[in-house]
This record gives sequence, structure tokens and C-alpha cells, in this order.
Amino acid sequence: METYSFLRHLADSWFLLAMTLGFLGLCLWAFRPGSRAMHQDVATSIFRNDERPAEATSAKKEG
Amino acid sequence: MWDYLKLAGLGLVAVCAAIAANYAHDLAYQVNALTVMLAAGIAFLWVLRGAGDPKPNLQHEYFDGVVRAGAIATAFWGAVGFLVGVVIALQLAFPQLNFEFLQGYGNFGRLRPLHTSAVIFAFGGNALIMSSFYIVQRTSAARLFGGNLGWFVFWGWQLVIVLAATGYVLGATQSKEYAEPVWYVDILITVVWVAFLIAFMGTLLKRKEPHIYVANWFLLSMILTVAMLHLVNNAAIPVSIFGSAQVQLYSGVQDAMVQWWYGHNAVGFFLTAGFLGMMYYFVPKQVERPVFSYKLSIIHFWALIFLYIWAGPHHLHYTALPDWASTLGMVFSVILWMPSWGGMINGLMTLSGAWDKLRTDPIIRMMVVSIGFYGMSTFEGPMMSIKAVNSLSHYTDWTIGHVHSGALGWNGMITFGVLYYLVPRLWNREGLYSLKLVSWHFWLATIGIVLYASAMWVTGIMEGLMWREVDANGFLVNAFADTVAAKFPMYVVRALGGLLFLTGALIMCWNLWMTVRAQPVKASQHSAVPAE
Repeated sequence: METYSFLRHLADSWFLLAMTLGFLGLCLWAFRPGSRAMHQDVATSIFRNDERPAEATSAKKEG
Repeated sequence: MWDYLKLAGLGLVAVCAAIAANYAHDLAYQVNALTVMLAAGIAFLWVLRGAGDPKPNLQHEYFDGVVRAGAIATAFWGAVGFLVGVVIALQLAFPQLNFEFLQGYGNFGRLRPLHTSAVIFAFGGNALIMSSFYIVQRTSAARLFGGNLGWFVFWGWQLVIVLAATGYVLGATQSKEYAEPVWYVDILITVVWVAFLIAFMGTLLKRKEPHIYVANWFLLSMILTVAMLHLVNNAAIPVSIFGSAQVQLYSGVQDAMVQWWYGHNAVGFFLTAGFLGMMYYFVPKQVERPVFSYKLSIIHFWALIFLYIWAGPHHLHYTALPDWASTLGMVFSVILWMPSWGGMINGLMTLSGAWDKLRTDPIIRMMVVSIGFYGMSTFEGPMMSIKAVNSLSHYTDWTIGHVHSGALGWNGMITFGVLYYLVPRLWNREGLYSLKLVSWHFWLATIGIVLYASAMWVTGIMEGLMWREVDANGFLVNAFADTVAAKFPMYVVRALGGLLFLTGALIMCWNLWMTVRAQPVKASQHSAVPAE
């Protein structure tokens, strides 16, 4: 089979299915049990460390 | 040691550029080569004067010098880009403004790419680089990765802008919309962009926060996708290494499809995903509340990633492109409407419980209007991608109106809001110089956009209807020049709208300038202002 037909066939069958399932999986993953606390923590993380980097970064790493 | 390597490299670049300028086949190439020589020379002197200086360890403070430079560059290129926009709007209304003595340099055809690239890549690009560097450091609680790599990205990007702009005016272009820069500028863009990716990724990798905040997802997807689009769309073979001409690798409808795959995703990832990254960080910060729904922001992200990349063919309805491809583009464009509005609702609802701030804080007002325009143009876009609508709207000014309600309304307004947020913080000032001037800017810009967009809707639909009007015998009623004549009043209104928008931006520049110059330094909780 020529490349075009092969890719065309793959794109509108298995690959389409894989991408749709991948997308739905990623969406469902966001709703997994126990994600709420984590998401809450990330969402409020922008209110930390406004002035300077976290203390742990001291003189050690790169000069 | 590193300094000596840099000096050798810069010296080599300067010498090669001088040789290239000597052998140049065309004026644009020669001017660009001389610009590169000059830039490399200045960088050489700069490195030479600092060579051997002890490098202080700055890991305990953020790298804000480059963000400050980015804020200045964003405001400056914004004003330049809007000014060129007003000039070409007036040239369309009054063709006499294509002066005879500027023929070949200052006429509409040369200035138009200057305008589009100045607002998208100079204004928008600097806004994105500035915001990325600010956001990734704060949300990672770590200094920007790579030492002075941030400065390389900043100055490299300014060099790209200057090379592209002078090249356009002197006639160097590869004639691809939003990808006009010629082959050697494309190579420089690639180098700068990879450095941008390294600085951004490196900071994420050394982050002190356990999770990567969603704004960074959007910004990273912007960086990665733009890199991919840029490489594929600019595949070309230079005619000579001493000239600006090149031959595209693709031809015909394949070339058109690659171009609009690039073009639409430049809108989707550069002007949408990147600016959504700004929205997801700066709106919650200004409102002082976390984003309305973090889960929704994740779904918003993945939906854009999975859908946007397929929407490009809607730029090629009723062309040589196969029907199935343009149908595919249309369907995905219409599906995109939903996640876009999900994102808009997420941004707007971040204000829930704090709506009163709209009355007192003109910066929030600006951000909310920008999100409103995001919603409006992400509804208008899918609608215009439907084939039946597109048969009316394509090739008319409606498209230009759509682009500008997105670019002025969404990208422009959110960037203004971010500049007003950042400048007092970056220069450690006690608030903005004048909130009243922010209100003036807000209203001038909003009225300007409304005038612009409504004028373009009217003229676009009128144009489309006039083009398809046939008499009883099936002959076309209007000549092309009839539509041009009929559009005159709308073109004047459009130029007026642009003028109002430009005036607002100039007021912003003055306000930001006075904030840095005249506002008292903030009584800081921490002792010293970072000295860089």
C-alpha cells in the first residue's frame, strides 16, 4: 500500500481512537479520587514565594 | 574560560558577518549582515569589559533584570506596532499616503508585514518571554536556569525583530503570512527559541514546588509547539548563502496546507495558549484568589492541545485542498468553541466573590474585558470556519475584524493588565503612578476596538454580499473597485479606532514611565532591592 493511503487509513481509524481515548483518559484522571487536595495546593501555590526563591536553594547549586 | 569562548565566538560571528556583508547579493542581506556585525561587536565589547569579574551567587533571588527589560521592550514594541498599524490603516483609506518618494519601501505592501510581525512577535513575543520568565520562577520557587541564558534569549529576540523589520522594508521576505522572515533569520529564531526552551525547562526541572502550576503547562506547550511549527513551515533551501532569497521545500496545495497549519497554530499556541498561561497566573494574582476550578483548567489545556492542531484547513475552504481536509478543519474548529468557553468561564469566575473589585481596580477591569474578547473571538472563529459562513466572509475585511478583536481585545488587553501588574512590583514601587490614567487607557482601548471591529464587520459583510450579487441574467453586478469605493467610510472609522487604541497605549507608556520615575520606593518587608 502506498504511504498516503496507509497513513490516511491509520489516521481515521486506530490513531483517532487512541487519541480520543487518551484525551478522555487525561480528563478523567483530573477527577481521580484524592485529586482535590492536591489541586487546591497547586492552585494556591502562586501565593507563595513571591519575593524570593524557596529557602532550600542555598549557595550549593551552580555558581 | 567561558568568557574567552564567548569572546572567540562573538568575534567569529562579527568577522563572518562582515565578510557576508561584503559579498552580499542584495541590499536587505547586506543591511542585515551589517546589523549582525554591529550586534556581535557590541556584545563582544560588553563581554570583554566584564571578563574575569567575580560572578556573585544569586541563587537566593529571582532573575528579574530580564523581566524588567522584557516589560520595557513589550511597551516599546507595542507602541511601534500600533503606530505602524494606524499608518497602514490610513494608507488604505487614503492611498495618497503611499508617498511617491517612499515607493518600494514605505508603501502598504512593505509596511503591512512590518505591522503584523511587530505586534505579534515583537509586542506579543516579548510579552510572552517576559511573563514566562516571571511566572516560571515564581511558581517553581527557583531562579531562572542557565545563568545569563535569559539575557541571551532577550537580546537574541530583539535582534530577530530588528533583522526581520529592516528586511521587510528592504524587500527580504519568503511571502508566508506571519512567517515572512528569510532563511538566516529563521535559523536565528530557532537558536533563540531553543535557548528559551532550555531556560524554561531547566527552571521547571530544578523547581522547589512539588507540582507544576497550570500556567506553566500552557507556556511550555506554546514553546514546544511553536518550535515544531517554525521548523516545518520554514523548510527552505537558500539560493545563495550570501543572499536573502530561498526556495520553499513544498509547493502548491501542500505548501498552502503547511503554511496554514503553521498560521492557525501560531494563533492557537503563540497567541492563545501562551496568553492563557498569562491569564492563569496574573488574573488569580491580581484578584488575590486561586483560579475558579483547577480541574477545568486541566481539561481546558488538554482539549486545546488535542483539538487546535487540526483546525488549520479552515483557512483554505473552497480551494485546491481536498474537501475532506477542509471539512476536518471546520469540524475541529467548531468543537474548539467549547473548551475555549470553558477557559473563559474559568477565568471570569475566578472573580466570584470578588466582583466588587471591578469597580475599584481598573487593572482587573482590563483583564476581564480581555477574557471577554477571548470568549467573543473564540465564538466568532468557529462560526467563520463553517463553510457556508466562510463562503461569505473569506477574503473580506470580516477576517481582519476577527483577527483584531482577538489581537487587540484579548492579547492586547491582557498584556496591558500584566504590564500594570508587573511594573510596580519589578521596580519595587508603591503602586502605579495613576489609576485614573489606567481608566483612560481602558476606555480609549475598548472604544477603539469596538469602532475597529464593528467597522470591519460592516465592511466585510457588505463586501461579501457585493461580490456575490448577480443580476437576472447571472452577471456580477459589482466590479471589485465598486466594493473598494463603498468601503471608504468604514476604513476611516477603522483608522480612528486604531488611533484611539494607540493613544491608550501611549498613555500606558507614560503611566509606567512615571511609575518607575516618580513613585516612592515601596517600604519593603525584605531589606534590599535586588541589585542586578
